[in-house]
Amino acid sequence: MIEVNELTHYYGLKQAISNVSFKVKKGEILGLLGPNAAGKTTTMRILTCYMPPTGGTATVGGYDIFEKSMDVRKITGYLPENPPLYNDLVVQDYLEFVAKIKGIEKSRIKEEVDSVVEKTSIGDVKQRVIGKLSKGYKQRVGLAQCLLNNPQVVIFDEPTVGLDPKQIIEIRELIKKLKGDHTVILSSHILPEVEQTCERVVIISDGKVVAEDTPENLTARMRGSERVLLEVDGEEKIVKDTFTSFKDIISLQVNKSGAGHLKVVVESKSDLRKEYAKALVKKNIGLLEMQVDKVTLEDIFLHLTTKEEEV
Amino acid sequence: MRETYAIFEKEFKSFFYSPMAYIVIAVFTALTGVFFYLYLSNFVEAAFMDQIRAQQYRQMPQRFNVNIMLIRPYFWNIALISLFTLPTITMRLFSEEKKQGTVELLYTSPITGVQIIMGKFLAGIAFYIVLLIPTMLFQALLFSYGDPEFLPVLSGYIGLILMGSAFISMGLFISTTTENQIIAALGGFALSLILWVIGWGANYAGPTLSPVFDYISIINHFEDFAQGVIDSSHVAYYILFSFFGVYLSLKSIESVKWRT
Repeated sequence: MIEVNELTHYYGLKQAISNVSFKVKKGEILGLLGPNAAGKTTTMRILTCYMPPTGGTATVGGYDIFEKSMDVRKITGYLPENPPLYNDLVVQDYLEFVAKIKGIEKSRIKEEVDSVVEKTSIGDVKQRVIGKLSKGYKQRVGLAQCLLNNPQVVIFDEPTVGLDPKQIIEIRELIKKLKGDHTVILSSHILPEVEQTCERVVIISDGKVVAEDTPENLTARMRGSERVLLEVDGEEKIVKDTFTSFKDIISLQVNKSGAGHLKVVVESKSDLRKEYAKALVKKNIGLLEMQVDKVTLEDIFLHLTTKEEEV
Repeated sequence: MRETYAIFEKEFKSFFYSPMAYIVIAVFTALTGVFFYLYLSNFVEAAFMDQIRAQQYRQMPQRFNVNIMLIRPYFWNIALISLFTLPTITMRLFSEEKKQGTVELLYTSPITGVQIIMGKFLAGIAFYIVLLIPTMLFQALLFSYGDPEFLPVLSGYIGLILMGSAFISMGLFISTTTENQIIAALGGFALSLILWVIGWGANYAGPTLSPVFDYISIINHFEDFAQGVIDSSHVAYYILFSFFGVYLSLKSIESVKWRT
C-alpha cells in the first residue's frame, strides 16, 4: 500500500532523513518509532505531500507522491502533531469545512460528518467552539477530521502526546479499530504504545532506519538478560554480598534512595527473582519492592546503536 | 470552484467569529462617519453663509454642487482610511494559518494553491465591501435630503473596491511570508503607504522616472473614479495589480512548501 524508497530530505544544509525505506501492507498498522528530531515528522510530511523530499521516491496506494500528488491526498488522512484546528470555529462547521476541501459531494457531507463524529465520540461537543475544548477533545476532533472521506491510508503523528492516561487508552482503542479497513502509520516515542497498537515497527534514529520488525521480536531481541529493580532495607555491604554470591549476575548497582532504603538494579542471565527473595529474607534484609525492568525505547536504542558499532 | 468557495466561506465566516472584525468595522465606521459629518457640516455652512451673503447683496445664491464639494473629497477620505484599515484584515489571512498549524491541513488536502489563495483573496474583498456598507448609508442620506448625481457615487465605489482589491492582494502576499500577524499588518501597511506616496516622488524624479512613479502610484488611478469617470486604463491597472499580488502570494506559498 505504501512504499517508501530511499527518501532523503535536507532542511537547508541539515540532513533530516537519509535513505529511509520501508513498506506498509494494506490494512496494516505500522509504528514509526524514534526520539524527538529523529525524522518521523519529516517522513510523514513527505508521505502526505506536505512537502517534497530532496531525494528518493514514495508511492501511496500506488500513486507517486510527485506525479499524482492530488490522488495521494484524496486517499490519505493526516493528523499532524498539533491538530490543525481553527479555534474560532464550531466543531460541526469545522468538520463540514474539511469535508468540503476534501472534495466530498454536498449530498454526502452530513452523513460523513455524522459518521466520524460517532466514531470519535465527540457528539456532545459538536456545537462547541473548538478553542474552548479540552486537549483530549481537540485531539479527537483532529482525529475526526483525518477520518473524513474514509481514507485508505491514515497517518498519525504522535496521536497521544499530551493526553491523560484515560484519553490515551481511548485513542489507542480507536486506532486499533481502524486496522483492516485502513492502512495506518503512527509515530510515537513511547514503546508500550507501539507494542499495543502496531503490528510492525520501524525505528528511526538520526534520520536513518535502524530496525524494522514486529514489536515482539524487537523486545525479544532485548531480552538477552533479565533486569530486576529492587528496593531493600538493610546494610549496604550485606546487600552487595548477598547479590554477588549468585553466579549468573552480570551487573549490580546499589544506590541509597531518599527514604534511607537501598535501590538495587541487578542484571542476570536467567530469571533469579525467587532466589533473590529467599536469600534476602534469610539474611534478615527487608525486601520492600521488586519488579522486572520494562524494556524502554531508550534501551532498544542503546542496544541497537551499540550493536551496530560492534559490527 | 467548490473548494475555492469552501475556503472563501470559511474565511469570511471566521472574520465574524473573531472580535477583531467588529473592532475594525467599528473603527472604520466611526472614522468615515466623523469625516462625513465634518464634510457635511462644512458644506452646509458654506451654503448657509452664501445664502446670507446673497441676501445682503441682493444677489442670486450660488448653486453648490454636492458631488464636487462633498462626495468627491469624501471618497478620497474613505480611500485613505482603507489604507490604514485593510492591512488589519489581510494580516490574518495566512499568518494565522501558519501560526495555528492549519496550513498542514490545507497543504495536505486535495486542493491547489490557486484555490486557497483565490478563496482568501475573495473573502478579503467581500469583507471590505461589508466595511463600505455604512458609508453607503451615509451617502444615502444625501440622496434623501438633496439631489446629488448617482453615477459618480457608483463609480466611486467601483474605484474603491478595485483599489481595495489591489491593497488586499498585496496584504495577502505579505501575510503568506510570515506567521506573525503584527509583522504582516505593518508590512502590508508600509507597502501600501509606499505605493501611495510614490506619486509625490514623481515631482522630484528625473524626466524618465517621473511618469513611471506617477503610473505606479496607487492613488493616482483613483482620482478619475472619485470624479465619476471609469477609465479602462485605471481599471486595468487595478486588476493587473491585484493579479500580480495574487500571483506573488501563490509563488510564496509554493516556495514555502518547497523550502520547509
